[in-house]
Amino acid sequence: MSSAAIDPRLANARAAPKRGLRLSWSDPMFRNIVWQVLIVGLVVAVVWYLVANTQHNLEVRRIATGLGFLSNTAGIPIAETLIPYDPAVNTWGRAVIEGILNTFKVAVVGIILSTILGTLIGIGRLSKNWLVAKVTSVYVETLRDIPVLLQLLFWYGLLQALPGPREFRGSTSWIFISNRGLKLPILVWEPAHWWALGACVLGLILTMAWNATANRRRDATGVKPPVWPAALLLMAGFPALVWASLGAPHEIDFPALKGFNFAGGGTITPEYFALLLGLTLYTAAYIAEIVRSGIQAVPKGQWEAAAAIGLHPGAVLKLIVLPQALRVIIPPMTSQFLNLTKNSSLAVAIGFQDVVSISGTMLNQTGQAIEGVGIIMAVFLAFSLSISLFMNWYNARIALVER
Amino acid sequence: MTPPASIAIAEAGPAPTRERPPASVYGPFAWVRANLFNGIFSTIVTLVLGVAIAWALYGFLKWGVANAIWSVPTTATGALDPTACRAAHGTGACWAAINDKWRFMLFGRFPYDQQWRAGICIALFIGLFYVSSDRRFWRKELAYIWAATLAVIFTLMWGGVFGLSYVPQDEWGGLPITLILATFGLALAFPLSVLVALGRRSTALPAVKTLCIVYVELIRGVPLIALLFMANVMFPLFMPVGLNPDKLLRAQVAIILFAAAYLAEVVRGGLQALPKGQAEAADALGLTYWQKTLKITLPQALRLVIPPLVNTFIGFFKDTSLVLTIGILDLLTASKTAMADPVWQGVSTEIYIVVAMVYVAFCYTMSSYSRSIERKLDRARNR
Repeated sequence: MSSAAIDPRLANARAAPKRGLRLSWSDPMFRNIVWQVLIVGLVVAVVWYLVANTQHNLEVRRIATGLGFLSNTAGIPIAETLIPYDPAVNTWGRAVIEGILNTFKVAVVGIILSTILGTLIGIGRLSKNWLVAKVTSVYVETLRDIPVLLQLLFWYGLLQALPGPREFRGSTSWIFISNRGLKLPILVWEPAHWWALGACVLGLILTMAWNATANRRRDATGVKPPVWPAALLLMAGFPALVWASLGAPHEIDFPALKGFNFAGGGTITPEYFALLLGLTLYTAAYIAEIVRSGIQAVPKGQWEAAAAIGLHPGAVLKLIVLPQALRVIIPPMTSQFLNLTKNSSLAVAIGFQDVVSISGTMLNQTGQAIEGVGIIMAVFLAFSLSISLFMNWYNARIALVER
Repeated sequence: MTPPASIAIAEAGPAPTRERPPASVYGPFAWVRANLFNGIFSTIVTLVLGVAIAWALYGFLKWGVANAIWSVPTTATGALDPTACRAAHGTGACWAAINDKWRFMLFGRFPYDQQWRAGICIALFIGLFYVSSDRRFWRKELAYIWAATLAVIFTLMWGGVFGLSYVPQDEWGGLPITLILATFGLALAFPLSVLVALGRRSTALPAVKTLCIVYVELIRGVPLIALLFMANVMFPLFMPVGLNPDKLLRAQVAIILFAAAYLAEVVRGGLQALPKGQAEAADALGLTYWQKTLKITLPQALRLVIPPLVNTFIGFFKDTSLVLTIGILDLLTASKTAMADPVWQGVSTEIYIVVAMVYVAFCYTMSSYSRSIERKLDRARNR
C-alpha cells in the first residue's frame, strides 16, 4: 500500500518518445493524412461536379428547386386515406402525408401478421409430425425463391379475377368478397367507443401494475396470487361498464349492393389486401427460418436441465428457451422488419398509393425530381432508423447481462 | 460322453414374466405411427392438413391438367383462336397462351430470327455460374474466364460484328436482361464492396471510415425502388448536357451501388469473424497493409462468407425484377407485357406460375449450392 511497494524503476520512467508529424512518406501518420485528403477530395470533387451539372441542367429546363411546390394544390385523387383528403383543396404536402400514413398502415399490420405466421411456421418446421415439417419447409423454400414483386402481382391478379358487384344481386350476405375488395360490417364509431378504448388501455396498465405486485408477493411468500380475475375485470369489465354508462351505442353499418357498387360498411381494397397478403406471406418465410434457427441455437441440455428440475413444458419454453432464443432471433428479425417496410414500396406496381407511388406521381406532374426522390429517401430513412432504434432498445433489454 | 453330474442343468423354473417384444420399431407402420399419428393432437393435425393438401392438389390438377387447354386451333386468317380458352376461363388453365408467348417472355422484343443469340447468352450465363461454382476453378484464371464470357455475351447481344446484325439495346428483353442485371451487378459491385468493407474497418483513416459508413447506411436505409427512381429521373440531371446514358445502364448503375452496400456488410462480417491473430501475425512479419490484406486476411475472410454471399446474390437475382417499375423489359416485365395481348385476355395466373417456376429453378439451385458449400466448409473447419 505504501509507495515503497512500487517498483523503483517505475518512479521516474521515461516517457514514450513524443512523435511529431514528419513531412515524410515514411511516416505512417503523414501517409494516412495524405490518403484521406486525396480520397475525400476525390469524393467531394465528384459530388461537386454532379451538383454543378444538376444546377446547369435545372436552369436549362427552367425547374425551380425548393420545397415550395408542396403547398400547391395536388389535384390527384387518392383512393385510400386515413385522414380526410380532397384533391381539389388539399396540397401536395397533404398528399405526401397520406402516402406516408398508407405506407405505415401496410408496414405495421404486415410486421405483426408476418411475425405471427412466421413464428408458427418456424415452429412447424421443427415439429415431430412429418407432414407438418414437410409442408412448412416446402412453403419456406418456395416462397423465398419467388421475387416478392411477382407474388404481389400474382395475388393482385387473383383478386381482380373475383366476381364483380353485380354478381351479388339479391344476396343477403353481410360480407362480400368481390373484385372491389372485401366489404364487411363495421361499428359506427361514437365518442363512447373512444372512452371505452381509453378504459381498456387504463385497465391494461393497472393489470400490469397488479402483476408486478403479485410477482413481488410471490418473491416474498412463494405463492403468486392469481392475476387473471383482475385482468378480466380491468380489461373487459371496466371498459364495458364505461361503454354501458354512456348509453351503449352499438349501431352497425352493413354493406349492401346499391346500383353498380356497394354502399356502406368497411372496405379492404384489393390493392391493400394484395400488398398485405404478398408481403406477409413472403416475409413470414424468412421469419420462419430465423425463428427455427433461434430455437435450434438453444442447446439441448437447456431443455433437458429445465425438465429435470421439474418445470412444466410451458415454463420451459417461457423461462428457459425463449429468453435464450430471442437473443439469436432479434437482430435478424429487425432486418426482416426493415425489409418488409422497404418492400412495401412495391405498392407502386399494383396501384396502392403509398408514399413512393404518390411521390412518383408528384415527381412526374411537377417535374420536381430531386425533391420527390429526396422525400422518398427521407421517409424510408426515418422508418428504418426508428425501427432499428426500437429493436436495438429491445435487444439491449433482453441481452445477456454479464458480470 | 455324458456330462459330469456336478454340472447341473439349470432348471427351467416358472417362465419369468417376460416383457412383450416392443411394438415394431421398424417398417412403414411404425414410421407412420411415430411421425404422423403420435398422440391425439398430432393425429388431428395430420388429418386436417392431409385433407387440405389433398383438396388443394385435386383442385390444382383439375384446373391445371384435366380442364386445361393445351393448344388452340388456328383460324383461316392464320391467327390463333382463343375461344376455347375464354370458355374454360376460371375452370381450366390456358397453357396454350404459354405455348404462343414463351419466346416473348424469354427474349422480349429481340428480333425473332436472331433469338438464338439471346438463347446462347442464357446458356453461357448458366455455364459461367456452373464453372464458378466448382472449387477446382477457384483461382486467378476464373477472372479471365468471366471477362471473356461477358465479352462474348455482349458481342452476341449487340451484334454488328462477325456478320451478326446489330440489335439496339432497347430491343433486348426477357431472361438475358435479368441475368445481365444480376451478374454484372455482382461482378462490378463485388470489388467496390471489398473496398468499402476495408474502409469501414480501417482505424487509421477515420475520414474514409465515415464516408463508407454513410454510404452503406444510406443505401441500406432506402428501398431499391427509390434508387431505381433516382437512376431514372435524377441521373439524367447529374450528367453533363448531351450525355444521356440509356435506361438499362442507369438501372445497372443503381443495382451496382445497391448491391455493393449489402455485399460490403457481408464482407465486413467475414473480416470481423477472422481471429485477430491473423492480422497481428502479418503485422509482426512486417507485411505492408496491402500485402497483409490481399495475402492473409481477405482470402480467409472471403472463404468464410461464401454461403452468405451466394444468399445475397439470390436476393439480387430476385430484386432485378423491380426494374419493372421503371419499364425495363426483364423476365417479369416481358411476361407481364405478353399478358397484355388482347388474344390472351384474362390469362395471368398461368403466366405468373411459369415465370415463378423459372425464378424458383434458378434460386433453388443456388440456395442448395450455398447449403452444400456451407457443409463442405464446415467439415474442413471442424476436422
